[in-house]
Amino acid sequence: MKELFYGELVRLSLGEPEAYVRAEVRWQRDSEFVRLAGGNLELPSEKKIKEWAEKRIEEGPQPWRYSFDIRSLADDRLIGFLGLWVDLMHSEGWVGIGIGERDAWSKGFGTDTMKICLRYAFWELGLQRVSLGLHEYNPRARRAYEKAGFQMEGRTRKDILREGKRTDTLWMGILREEWLALQNGEKA
Amino acid sequence: MFDIQTQLFEGQDIRFGPIDHDKDPEIEARWTHDSDFMRMMDVAPARPLSAAMVKKQYEKLEKKIEEDKNFYYFAIRAREDDHLIGRAVIQWIEWSNGNGHIRLGIGAAEDRGKGYGAQALQMLLRFAFAELNLFRVTAVVPEYNEAAVALLKKFGFTQEVCRRKSLERDGRRWDLYVFGLLKDAWLDHANS
Repeated sequence: MKELFYGELVRLSLGEPEAYVRAEVRWQRDSEFVRLAGGNLELPSEKKIKEWAEKRIEEGPQPWRYSFDIRSLADDRLIGFLGLWVDLMHSEGWVGIGIGERDAWSKGFGTDTMKICLRYAFWELGLQRVSLGLHEYNPRARRAYEKAGFQMEGRTRKDILREGKRTDTLWMGILREEWLALQNGEKA
Repeated sequence: MFDIQTQLFEGQDIRFGPIDHDKDPEIEARWTHDSDFMRMMDVAPARPLSAAMVKKQYEKLEKKIEEDKNFYYFAIRAREDDHLIGRAVIQWIEWSNGNGHIRLGIGAAEDRGKGYGAQALQMLLRFAFAELNLFRVTAVVPEYNEAAVALLKKFGFTQEVCRRKSLERDGRRWDLYVFGLLKDAWLDHANS
């Protein structure tokens, strides 16, 4: 059996919410990060973020939602989060990754995280498909997703208005059989 | 010309109206017993609902409309006898981006194939672009809903995304299409 939660650069974990909450408050102040990740620039308070985290703990593990902390293997530092939402009827997962620590950008952490995520989605959760959306102005994310095996499936034209300019949302997906073929190709 | 004379909620054979909490639940509950209709309309599991359950859904819906302010729901009625034909919805509106998702359903089999869907779509698009001032609208349709695909293409929608094998039904996987219509294309289409 494979060790599911470890990649080459990062591991997926879930610690006590305090560390995550403190980091998230800092990350949310970084407007570039939030605009890349696709969130709302609401500047939630530490209290609010803590409430969200506690609500997730209270609800307990749900079969339709998997959330992880991303920690770098080298120094065990919390650098981001991974969320995977599952449509149980259609065996489809939707994934979102945020690397909040700026000095961890462009170092392959996102790609490594996505590879772990896909292995988990297909080998552990038995999904048929994993999907994601990203902004056209985030080429770094696009490269990471392509490296992990995602195919581009189209773009909703000009659906975002940002800094006075219209920009597209890109939609990517990877099928179970495509991911399995990649695994076989890599082993061969 | 500045056209406020043309009624937004009156079509040739149909009109848009509010929910009738007394009469509509029973009719809509009947539609939910038609699995073909439910599977065309939604990717969520088809399941029959009682009139009381539909009534509760309407109440939740109106509460949501009031609170979220990004949702418009119109009951489609026949002008002739006012009977409920279907629903037309604009949802998930992002005001800062000027976009929203549309949904349309003609509930009873005997009301289909009469052009009501086309009339409702025309009214819904006019409402979206000329009243709400949206920049674009999105419609998500399973590949097996051929009538919807044909209707959207007829109105100038472009297929923008093919989410391959996203749905599982009848023991096989189906694609899910995302269609988009931008305001300029709507204007061109409306004027031609």
